Amino acid sequence: MMSAVNDAEFNERLQAIIASHADQEGPLLPILHSVQAEWGYVPEEAQPILASALGMTRAEVYGVVSFYHDFRDHPAAPHVLRLCRAEACQSMGADELADQVREALGIDWHETTADGKITLEPVFCLGLCASCPSAQLDQRLVGRASLEKVRRWAEGVRA
Amino acid sequence: MKIFVPIDAAARAVGSDEVAVELGAALKRRGVDATIVRNGTRGMIWLEPLVEVEKDGVRYGFGPVDEADVDALAGLIAEGKVDGHALSLGPVEELPWMKGQQRLTFARVGVIDPVSVADYEAHGGLAGLRRAIEIGPEAIVNEVMESGLRGRGGAGFPTAIKWKTVAGAPGPQKYIVCNADEGDSGSFADRMLMEGDPLCLIEGMAIAGVATGATQGYCYIRSEYPDAIRAMNDAIADARRYGMLGQSVLGSDYAYDMEVRVGAGAYVCGEETSLLNSLEGKRGIVRAKPPIPALEGFMGRPTVVNNVLSLGAVPWIIENGGAAYGALGIGRSKGTIPIQIAGNVKYGGLFEAAFGMSLGHIVNEIGGGTATGRPVKAVQVGGPLGAYIPVENFDVAFGYEELATKEGLLGHAGISVFDDTADMLKLSRFAMEFCAVESCGKCTPCRIGSIRGVETIDRIAQGEEEMIPVLTDLCNTMKWGSLCALGGFAPFPVMSALTHFPDDFRGRSAPRKEAAE
Ligand SMILES: Cc1cc2nc3c(=O)[nH]c(=O)nc-3n(C[C@H](O)[C@H](O)[C@H](O)COP(=O)(O)O)c2cc1C
Ligand code: SF4
Ligand code: FES
Ligand code: FES
Repeated sequence: MMSAVNDAEFNERLQAIIASHADQEGPLLPILHSVQAEWGYVPEEAQPILASALGMTRAEVYGVVSFYHDFRDHPAAPHVLRLCRAEACQSMGADELADQVREALGIDWHETTADGKITLEPVFCLGLCASCPSAQLDQRLVGRASLEKVRRWAEGVRA
Repeated sequence: MKIFVPIDAAARAVGSDEVAVELGAALKRRGVDATIVRNGTRGMIWLEPLVEVEKDGVRYGFGPVDEADVDALAGLIAEGKVDGHALSLGPVEELPWMKGQQRLTFARVGVIDPVSVADYEAHGGLAGLRRAIEIGPEAIVNEVMESGLRGRGGAGFPTAIKWKTVAGAPGPQKYIVCNADEGDSGSFADRMLMEGDPLCLIEGMAIAGVATGATQGYCYIRSEYPDAIRAMNDAIADARRYGMLGQSVLGSDYAYDMEVRVGAGAYVCGEETSLLNSLEGKRGIVRAKPPIPALEGFMGRPTVVNNVLSLGAVPWIIENGGAAYGALGIGRSKGTIPIQIAGNVKYGGLFEAAFGMSLGHIVNEIGGGTATGRPVKAVQVGGPLGAYIPVENFDVAFGYEELATKEGLLGHAGISVFDDTADMLKLSRFAMEFCAVESCGKCTPCRIGSIRGVETIDRIAQGEEEMIPVLTDLCNTMKWGSLCALGGFAPFPVMSALTHFPDDFRGRSAPRKEAAE
C-alpha cells in the first residue's frame, strides 16, 4: 500500500513524535502509541525510521509492533466496537450478545461493516465485570450491554 | 449543597455522565445552588449510577438513577428532601454493604473528589508519607514486615522482603514499578483505586521509594483502562505541584518522581518480567529468574515490582502501624482484601474485608446469589488462570493457603459467578484458547500445548470421551513444563472443570451449538 501521506511531511511528524519522547527511558511503546494516535495505525514506513532513531534493528522494531495486540498494521474503520469476551461477561451471556451483534452488523471479529464505518474487535475484560456484559464503542463504555444498547450507540456513530 | 455523581468507568458505562449533566441542568432550572462532585464509586456497582446528596454532613443515596429519573430527583432536592423517592436508599454509610466492610485501602474511594489534593489530605491522605519520611527506610520496611502484607497481584510474596532486597542492593538508580496491568477477568479493584483515589497509589509508591532509595517510578497501566490512565496522569501532575513528588518529597531530603506507562493489549505483560521488558520497549517475553527483578529489574537495575493493591495498602499501614494491619485476617493472610464480586451475581462490586470469610458467604450473602436467580454452579476465583470452585467447596475460607487447599487461587481476588446454565466444557476451551492467544511464545508446553488443548476439547465436544485422559496428560505437561504461571496455571480451570463437572464433558455426541461453530 502506498503511503497516503507526503514523505517529507510524514517524516517531519514522525521526528516530532520521536523528539517528544526523547527524555523517556525505554521509549518505544510510548512512541508507538503516539504514532498510532497520529495515523490510526503503525505505518510500515515508520519502522525503519524508529529503528535508526532508537539504535535498534528493523527486525527488533517489527518484533515489538507485532507482539502487541493493540498495534495495527493498517487503518481501522473510523469507529471501533469492542465486545468483551472474558469469563465474567460470558457468565452474563456475552457469547450470545456477540452472536447477535455479529449478525446485526453482518460481520465477524476483526471485520469492518459494509459501509466501512465500524470495525468489530474482541477484548478481554474492560474492568466492568460487575455490570456485564461489557462493550466499548470508541471512547464510550457500555455496561449491562444488550443488542438494543449496542445498536443504539452504533447507529449514533454511523449516522 | 454538594451532590455526588460517580465518574468511575463502571458508573460512566451505565450513564453517570449523562445523569451528572442533566441533574446539573435540572437543578439550575430550579434555581438550586449545587456543586456536583464527580467522585469514585462506592463499589456497589448494581446501584450505579448512584447519586448522593449531602445534607447536614450525611450523604443520602439514590440509585440506580436513570436519565429518566433525573427531573423528579431534582424536584425532590429542590424541596430540600433526601428521601421519599422510589430510588431512595437512605444514608449511604448505613447500607449493609458499606457497614459490613473494613475499608482501609478503599476508605476514601467514592467518598472524596479524586482530583483534589485538599480533599485527599482532609480525609487522612499524606499521613503515611509524612510518617514514612520521619521514621526512615529501615523502620518503614519493619512496619510493612509486621503488617504481614503479601503481594496482591497473585503470587502472594511478602512485600517487605522485596523492599528489603531492593533497599540493600547496590546501585545509583533504583525503580518502583507499579503493576497496573489488571488483566484478570472479574477484577477491577486496581482500576477503582486509580480512578477513585489515585493519590493513595502515588503515596504508596512514594513511600516505597523512600524505603528503598528508588527515585523513579513507573505505573504500567493496561490500555483498556483509559479512564484510569487519565486519572493517574492528572493526579501525578497535582502531586508534583503540591510537592508530594519531585526532588524533595514533602520538603524532605528524599527525591521521588514517577510517570504512567500504557500497555498495549498483552495479558502476559502482567507477569512482572514480561512487564519490565515491555517497559524497556521490548516484546513482552517472560524472563527466566534468577536474576530476580529486585536485583536486576528495569534496565538491569534494582526494581520493586508491586501490584496496585499492595502499594495502595501501604499508606494505611505506615500511618496506623504494621501491627494494626497484621491483627486482621487469618493464618498467613493478613490484613484486608478488596474482594471483587463479578459476573452473574445479584449484588456485584467491591467489598473490602479482612481475610477469612467463607467463599459461600461472599457469594450468597454479600453477593446475594446469581443475577438470573438460578442456582450457582461454580465460581472462578483469581481470573483466567484460577480454578472453578463448585458449590460443595464453598466453605473454604478466603485466604491464600486456604484457597490453595481446594486447588484454588486467590489471584487478584476477583470472583466470577456462574449459574447452572454454564457449560464447563466451553469454559475450559476458553481457558486454553486464551492461553494460546496470550502466550508469550517462550515455552513449547504453553505455546503449542494450549493449541492442542483447544483441539482436544473440541474432540471431546464431538463425543470422543477417550480424549479426556489425553487432555489430563496435556494439562500435566503444561503445569510442569511452563516457565511462568500463564502456561503453568491455565490447566487449573480446565482440570477443575473436568474434576467437578465430568458430566459436562461426557456424552457430548450430539454436538452442541457452540461446539459445532
Ligand atoms: C500471566 C501472568 C499475569 C499476571 N498479571 C498480573 C497483573 O495483571 N497484575 C499484577 O499485579 N500481577 C500480575 N501477575 C503477577 C506478577 O508477575 C507479580 O507477581 C506481581 O506484579 C508482583 O507484585 P505483588 O507482589 O505486589 O503482587 C501476573 C503473573 C502472570 C504469570
Ligand atoms: S508459560 Fe507461556 S507465557 Fe509463560 S513464559 Fe512460557 S510461553 Fe511465555
Ligand atoms: S470480563 Fe468483561 S469486563 Fe471484565
Ligand atoms: S523456557 Fe523452554 S519450555 Fe519453558
